[in-house]
Amino acid sequence: MMIFRHIPNPDIERTPEQIQASIKQWQDWMGGIAAQGKFVSANQLGFEGKTLKPNKVVTDGPYAEIKEIIGGYLIVKANNLEEALGLAEGCPVLAFGGHVEVRDIMVLDH
Amino acid sequence: MPNKELIPHLFRTESSKIIAVLTKVFGLAHVALAEDIVSDTFLTATEKWASEGLPDNPTAWLYAVAKNKTRDFLRRDQHFSHTIAPTVKAQQSEMEEIQLDWSEKNITDSQLKMMFAICHPDIPEEAQVGLALRILCGFGIEEIALAFLTSKAVINKRLYRAKEKLRSLALPMELPSPPEMDKRLENVLRILYLLFNEGYYSQTKHLPLRKELCLEAMRLNYLLIEHERTNKPFVNALLSLMCFHASRFEARMSKVGEIILYDDQDRSLWDDDLIAKANHFLIESAKGDVITKYHLEASIAYWHATKQQATDKWEHILQLYNRLLQIEYSPIAALNRTYALAQANGVKKGIQAAEKLALVEAYSYHLLLGNLYSSVAIDKAKSHYRLAQQLAKSEAEKKTIAEYLRRMETID
Repeated sequence: MMIFRHIPNPDIERTPEQIQASIKQWQDWMGGIAAQGKFVSANQLGFEGKTLKPNKVVTDGPYAEIKEIIGGYLIVKANNLEEALGLAEGCPVLAFGGHVEVRDIMVLDH
Repeated sequence: MPNKELIPHLFRTESSKIIAVLTKVFGLAHVALAEDIVSDTFLTATEKWASEGLPDNPTAWLYAVAKNKTRDFLRRDQHFSHTIAPTVKAQQSEMEEIQLDWSEKNITDSQLKMMFAICHPDIPEEAQVGLALRILCGFGIEEIALAFLTSKAVINKRLYRAKEKLRSLALPMELPSPPEMDKRLENVLRILYLLFNEGYYSQTKHLPLRKELCLEAMRLNYLLIEHERTNKPFVNALLSLMCFHASRFEARMSKVGEIILYDDQDRSLWDDDLIAKANHFLIESAKGDVITKYHLEASIAYWHATKQQATDKWEHILQLYNRLLQIEYSPIAALNRTYALAQANGVKKGIQAAEKLALVEAYSYHLLLGNLYSSVAIDKAKSHYRLAQQLAKSEAEKKTIAEYLRRMETID
């Protein structure tokens, strides 16, 4: 699984054209992975959220104590971590200062 | 229509209707019996019409004779009467004469139910297609063998096993219940898609047969659209897709059965009527909020069917392929996507993306690379085209590639 992390900048406002261009970048990048037959699923996470803490405490926002948020995830098929890292190259999040955390998914039932 | 062609033609149009109506009465376990009665009916037609001339209403004649033969069979066969007659009698509510409803409503209803019975996921896929061709479309064994490029013996065996499976499944002749409907429809559409592809892409040189396969798939798809419970957006999407493809049928094939590629097609041979229908079904498919692979493929076909060249056509097609591949991967979609990417994002990016596919055993992969390299690296283009030629299986394909190589030579 690739987890896309970045620190959001509340001052940046993007124009519709920029948003369109961004969508194209993401779709082209994911399409490239899908064209290799390695795409499983992906989701972009929403901008609102709540956090449940121990003792039934609920706070606003997805934010943990760090500024970085998770923007979304992508699940791919790869034989090992190196291969998955290779697929992560070109990910649009890298262009605006974010990073891609690549993790393997454990198979729980056999 | 001369007599010699009339009976095969009527077999094609009427046998599936009679089989469906009889099977509704007997039950799916006895579909072979229904087929026998139909064969017998047409045999009698062949004999009688030759000696006594054509009846005024051949169709009505066939239905009447089928009914008589059914009645005779029920009287003769004691075993059948004991096991099946109770069910039949229950439906017939104690009438002496068997009642068969030949109204258009019942015929269509029976055919629809037959479609769902045949396109059942528990039956092997090839068998579903074979059964559909035989029972729903009235194709002869020889025609089916020709379409599948195999022997009559293989087809007979496949059909026999499929009917045994139908018997063991003991399905009722009913439309799937609402919770099951979407899933079962998906399977039916899958079979119709396969049927259409057999006609569109198959290697057999029998062009009229291939066209029939496409038209039958479309006819069966249309049956689903006419019925309220099965008229779903994605059903319309598939029909749209088939109409778009079929609109280019004449332009796609040369008179000697060679494939004419898209760029070389004579656009005046494209069927505008079918394109209009395709657009209509595409609009119908846009209702609701579910996007299926058929929606995406139909939309891609829409862009290819426009005779005008829109400047952002390839960008649209690229994005549609991006989404299609995320729903369902296929090597063909991957290759087509890469071609679209080259048109939209530039040849260099196209080559980069193509190299990642590494479908080195597929001739069409090398064809793509040959095409992409042809404007930047002629030597690489040639070597890929030569590889493609080696890997291509049919003469038609090899010929097309030879033409590309020839065009490369003139540039050097």
